[in-house]
Parts: sequence; C-alpha cells; structure tokens
Amino acid sequence: MPRTLGAERPSTSLRSAQDERAQNFVRPERIRRDDGAQNFVRPERSRRTLALLVLALLATPANAQSNRPPAPYAYRQLENPAQEARANALMQELRCLVCQGQSIHDSDAEMAGDMRHLVRTRIKAGESPEEVRAWLIERYGSWVSYHPRLAGDTLLLWLAPLLLLLAGGWLAFRRLKVRR
Amino acid sequence: MLLWVMVLAAAGALLALIERSLRPETLRATLGAQALLALGFFAFLLLASNPFARLNPAPPQGEGLNPLLQDPGLAFHPPTLYLGYVGLSVAFSLAVGALVTREVGPSLARAMRPWVLGSWVLLTIGITAGSYWAYYELGWGGWWFWDPVENASLMPWLAATALLHSVNVLAARGSLRAWTIMLAVIAFSMSMIGTFLVRSGILTSVHSFAVDPTRGAWILALLIFYTGGALLLFFLRASTVREGAQFEPVSREGALVANNLILSVILGTVFVGTLYPVAAEALTGEKISVGPPYFNLVTGPLVLILAALLFIGPLLRWRRDSRPNLKRIALPAIVTLIAFALTFLAAEISLLARLGLAFAAGLALASFLPLAGRKLLRTPLTIWGMVVSHLGIALAMAGAAADASLTREVLHAARPGEVLKVGPWQVRFSGVDPVAGPNWTAVEGHLVATRGERAIRLDPQSRFFYSPPTETNEAAITTAWDGQLYTVIGSREGDRWQLRLWWKPMVTLIWLGGALIALGGLMALLGRARRERRRTSPAFAEQPA
Amino acid sequence: MNRKLWLALPLIVFAAFVLAVGWRLSEPSDPTVRSRLVGEKVPAFALAPMLPGRPGLASADFAKGGPRLLNLFGSWCVPCIAEAPALLELEKRGVPIDAIALRDTPEDVARFLADHGDPFAAIGNDPVGEAKIALGSSGVPETFIVDRKGVIRFQHIGPIMPQDLARIMAEWEKVR
Repeated sequence: MPRTLGAERPSTSLRSAQDERAQNFVRPERIRRDDGAQNFVRPERSRRTLALLVLALLATPANAQSNRPPAPYAYRQLENPAQEARANALMQELRCLVCQGQSIHDSDAEMAGDMRHLVRTRIKAGESPEEVRAWLIERYGSWVSYHPRLAGDTLLLWLAPLLLLLAGGWLAFRRLKVRR
Repeated sequence: MLLWVMVLAAAGALLALIERSLRPETLRATLGAQALLALGFFAFLLLASNPFARLNPAPPQGEGLNPLLQDPGLAFHPPTLYLGYVGLSVAFSLAVGALVTREVGPSLARAMRPWVLGSWVLLTIGITAGSYWAYYELGWGGWWFWDPVENASLMPWLAATALLHSVNVLAARGSLRAWTIMLAVIAFSMSMIGTFLVRSGILTSVHSFAVDPTRGAWILALLIFYTGGALLLFFLRASTVREGAQFEPVSREGALVANNLILSVILGTVFVGTLYPVAAEALTGEKISVGPPYFNLVTGPLVLILAALLFIGPLLRWRRDSRPNLKRIALPAIVTLIAFALTFLAAEISLLARLGLAFAAGLALASFLPLAGRKLLRTPLTIWGMVVSHLGIALAMAGAAADASLTREVLHAARPGEVLKVGPWQVRFSGVDPVAGPNWTAVEGHLVATRGERAIRLDPQSRFFYSPPTETNEAAITTAWDGQLYTVIGSREGDRWQLRLWWKPMVTLIWLGGALIALGGLMALLGRARRERRRTSPAFAEQPA
Repeated sequence: MNRKLWLALPLIVFAAFVLAVGWRLSEPSDPTVRSRLVGEKVPAFALAPMLPGRPGLASADFAKGGPRLLNLFGSWCVPCIAEAPALLELEKRGVPIDAIALRDTPEDVARFLADHGDPFAAIGNDPVGEAKIALGSSGVPETFIVDRKGVIRFQHIGPIMPQDLARIMAEWEKVR
C-alpha cells in the first residue's frame, strides 16, 4: 500500500501519509483534522544494532493514527465465501474518503478499515450490497461510490458510448456511401 | 518536465536531420510547428516549472526520493512513456505542416509513419511497464484502476493506435486523409491534456506529481493555443483536402475504418468518463465518482467488438472484397465457442469475462491467419509484426479477463505455524524477522508455499523508510507457468500478523501481451525501414501490406 | 454545410473541455467530506458509556431533552486538544455538549478530560467508527449542532478555533 507524501512537508505521517487527501503543494496554514492519519514523530535513524531493529519492530510511534487495533472485519474475511465475494465486489467500488483515489478494498487507512468492517458486518447480517451502498450514499453523497448510478445527472455519461458509436458510425457510413 | 522538453527538442532535431522525402515547403512548415511547440513548453519550464530553482535552506540529507520510486521501474516507465508521448509531437507537427501547405497525401503518411510507429511502440512499453511496476510495487495486487493519470496515458495510446492504422491506409491507398490528420492532431493533444491532468491537480489521483494550479493554468493556455490552433486550422483547411480513393464497406479499408471508429469511441468514452466529474460538478454542484465499474462496463463490449473485427479484418482485400473468404475464420470461431463453453467450468464469473476469455482464445489463433498460405521466411517483417501485435492483444485480453474473474484472495491474521490455503497453494507462515536496508528497516515475513511437490520460499516485507518517512509494502511474488502467487504482510495484531495472499491465474499474460504488442510494432518498424531502403527505383511499386 | 459541421465538432468538444477545466482551475475542489445528513434526523445509533458514571449516547436521546452539540473526538487526536478551550467556552455559555469518543479506552479518555477540560455531558464509546460513519463524518474532530427535534442543523469540520466560535454561537442561537 502506498503511504507516501511529497517530501516538501516538514512533518509527514509515518503510516498513512498517502491516505491524506492533501496534495503535494503547500496548503495555506490550517490545523489538520486527525482522522487517524497524522503522525508527528520521526523514527530513530540509527542503523547499528539489532536491538534497535527489534525496537523498531516492537515500538509503535507516539501520536500515530489512533494506535488502536483495526475494526474486527477490517482485515478479516467473512466465513461464508458467497457473502465475502459480494462484500469484496462492493468494497472495490467504494471510495476511501480520506485517500487520494483508492477504493476501501485497496487502502490501509483506518477509516477505510472501518468502512470495510461496516460493509462486511452488514452483508453478514443479510443486507444486500445495494442497500449498503445506498446507506453510504445517503451519508456521503454519490461521490463515495465509484459506480455512477444511472440517474438524471449521469444519463449523458452512460449514453456517451452509444452516442459516440452512432455518431462515428454515421460518419463512416456517409463516407462509404459516397461511392454508390 | 525537463525530460519532456528534451524529447521534444531531440525529436525536432531528428526530424530535421533525417526527413528527405517531404517537399521542402511542407518540411519547413512542419519544423516551424515543432519549434513553436518547443517555444511554448520551454517557456513554461523556465517561468513556471523550473527544475533548477534553488531550495533554500537546502535539506542536509536531501529531500529523499519517494520510496515507491526507489525501484528499477523508475528507469523504464517514465523515459519510455515520455519518448512515446512527446514523439507524437512530430506527427502533430507533420499534420499541421501538411495542413498549412495543403499537402495531405501518401508522402505525408510515409513521412509520418515511422514516427507514429516508434512513438507508439515506446508508449506501449511505457504503459505496460508502468502497469507492472504499480502491480508489484504498491502491494494491492491491482494493475489498472482507471485512475485519471492512468487514463491520461491511455488516451494518447488509443489515438496513436488508430493513427497507426490510418496512416497505413493513407500511405498505401491514399484514403482517409482527413481522418489521419485529425488523429495526428488528437494524439498529441491527448499527450498535452495528459500532462495537464497530471500536473494541474484538478483531478485527485495517487499518481499526481508536481501539482500546482499555476502550472495547470499555464499548460491550459498552451493547450488552447496549440490544440485549439490546430483544430481551427483543420476546420479551415480540411475541406480543401482532396478525397482519396474510394472503397467498399467490405474491404481492408472498411475494416480499418471500423477499427478506427471503435478505437475512437473507446477514446471518447475514456475522455468523457475521466472529465465527467468535473463537468457534473460545474453544472450541478454535486460531486460524483466515475471509476472502474463504469469504465470496465463500457469499454469491455467495445474491446470485444474490436477483437471480433480482428478475426477477419487483416484478411480482407484492399478496395473491395465482395465475397470474403469466411472459411478461413472457421477454426478460430470454433475455438472461441469451445473456450466459451469451457469457461463454465470455472466458478461464477461475469459474462463479460467469459466473452473476454473466449474471444481472446479465438483471436490468439486468428492472429496467425494472415500467414496462412505464405512462405513464412519470405513473408515481410511488417506482416510478422502485425501478427505478433495482434497476438499480444489476444494475450493481454486473456490476462485481463482472467485477473478480473479467476483471482482468489485470502486475508488472515496468522500465527507463526499456521497454514493458509489459496487457490491450489498451501502457504505456511513461519514467522517474522527484522531486516534492514540502506535507508529502511523492515519486518520480513517468512512463507513457504507448496503446490504438489514444489515448495517456494516467499519473504514479503513491510518497510519503513526514514527520509521521507513512509511505509511501503514489498510484495513477495512467485511466478508459475499458469499464474502468480502474490503475498503481502501487514501489521501485527497481538501475536498474529495480517497476511494477504492472492492467487492470480494467467495474470502475467497481461504484460506479456503488452510486450508482444510493442515487439510487433518494432518488427513492423524495422520491416518498413528495410523496405524503404530497398526502394531505389521509382518503378518499384509499393506493395500494400 | 454538413461537412463543415463535422469538421467543427472536435473544436466544439475541445471548447467544452477548456470551459470545464477552466472552471475547475478557478474554483478548486473542496476536499472536505461533508455529511449529507445536515437537515435530516440524527441517524440511528446506540453507544455504550465510555466512562463509568457517565451516560452513553444513543440517537433516541436527541429527540428528547433540548438542542445540543455533538462532538466527535479521540484522546489520541492532536487537533482535539487544540479545540478543547473552545468547547469549554461554549459549555460555559450554556451550550450542552455530548460527545462520541472514537477508538478510545476509558483510561485515556479520563486522562484527556483531566488534562484538557471536561465540557461533555454524555460520552458514547465508538470503538470501530460505526456511529461516526452513521453520522456521515469522516474524521475527528467534528461537531454537529442538533435541534430539539433531533434534526442535525449544522456541521463543523475540524477543530473549533477561536475564530469559529462566533459562527457556532450564531448557529446555536438558531436552534436554541
């Protein structure tokens, strides 16, 4: 999982920097919210002893993203394979809200984990993927779903391929017809 | 950007040095257009994107290269991509030059062809390399996300593919003049639009870099001037371009027109899909997302149509093929049907994936049809190139369809000693060790994957870099003849470690296919060069491909 | 004539493209994720108490009692420390504030309140972000203003800084 940020910022996150929505240019000063993706501590830079490596292995940086274990179903698959397949398909179509363009399936951000937990528990409880998607859209808007619903404002989007095909086809047809 | 303008300047220089067959007026107009392009982009580099601007105070250990870029992929993906992108500028300049002097004909096509072919080959390599690099480097097992920046590289490629075929028709038959000019303008315009999308920040993407709205405004201004100017010139002059030779719908030209049509529709759809969120928000104020579900759903069927076209298209005769010999495609058609039936052996997969696998199988066979009845060693290299490229398309289609439908994923927090099962593999997790590298420390997991008698050791890492502070996943991948086992280690949960394992059957076909597409293009390029050198006397009439 | 129209089409499409991206450049996208539930009733949720002796929080509580603020925070969240004085000030002015503690433990929350002040009436325990997502929030700190009927009327994203107090008080006056 990419968790990086441009090097211009003086204090960058150790874990989920990639998941910050901020872009690589310097923003005007504002205190950032902590959605679990902030970390203001630099790790040790000594490379000498194995002890320090072990320390790096075991130590968790202070003030890291919440430092708490992820939600139970964030990194655990459902027991029923059919349900897991449905949940998986849905997770690939939901946007990680605090990332720069990833689905919750691909992201390691804490909130993405919470959303995965939500999707899995609801599907386990018997809800359909469409119901879960609709519930999330109710809260965050259409933006949270990578699948643009067929509605008034997306009509042109879905018709575009057909319209292009017809327009191009007519052009080609006229071109070929000239001979006859 | 420095690389960008370097390639632009070098391409112009090379054009000036080696182009002999164009009329001097057209060549002058072309070089003028190329120089004008260079003027704008060099100005941009100097005034808004200076790579030599001083950083004050200088960071003592440097700013640190983004760890994702600390990888050999950085040596392949950007240079080839840029050579491809910016190589298309020559096609653009040739089109503009020809419009200015009103000399649109086979000689223009012959001048343009090597540039289009060369840029296209490099662009293919660049996109394929980028896809594979993202796949193994990022650690989520995906190879294409229809991310705006990815689309920004795909759109010039689609235009260049259509241009490639169009330029061949123009060179061989003198037809499709307006189409060729239009595609040449569009191809490089797509490159510039791609540059704009990547650097302006108007679309969020994991791939954006050098993001700055000022740069965006600059590039937009350049775009308006160059693309707007070229399109305006096209509008004013194209009607005076003489129509080329006529042809029947069922003919090689007809098939190529259909091919270009489908490619253009795919291009237009990707363009609309990428920019729709911006337009929608401008008009309604609502933010929407257009992502893989849309793009896969609409481009899938179009690619299938293209694949079907590829069965018969290369076999048709030029100008008219009133009774095409359809018996030749009988065998590939049967293979397609059998493959389709075989897909039902697999667990539930989508109809689109089934058709993708079936058509890929048939196309793999059909791509060899142009060689039937020929003396293989006497067949021109250009024909071989076509065969290899079309075969590459079949393989890439198969790989993509397989990855979408046959991948198995296992996610588990494992204790040392546990065995996980994914696909045909048993994977035993034996524990972790700390490991250090030159500028990173890592937690390395130890896995042993067995299938039948084979036992393979895999060591995925979770790495912490210090400058800049970042965490990355280094996936451990093993490639078998029928797919890849892709393993990733995550964070610790108490005494367990998160493991993500994927079994991806046939996934390597995606990039193998891409490599073959590029190789075919290279063969065609060499074949053309050889043929051009052999054309010593004007009496030697050029044989159509 | 018809041919001219076709030849102009690419130019027209390009013009539309320029208009769209030009607009976007002039009005950069707002990256904050706003809840769509502003104007709707508080969604259903029920959280256990975070601290002993302090009630938990459920959506049903918002329909009775009076209007109040709902603050999402975490003891691990640095900007939450920054907004603590503002919350204390609001509570001093008579604004009731309930809280949802995200991913927290009783000990850490108790310590946070001891260190930075305790303006909260009820504190609900949200270990996996369920209530946070139910509300349409995307991080901490965030503050909602809920009226006496249990309808969310305002959402403030990020810490409440001194310069935001005026706005919050104005919105509070509307629901009081």
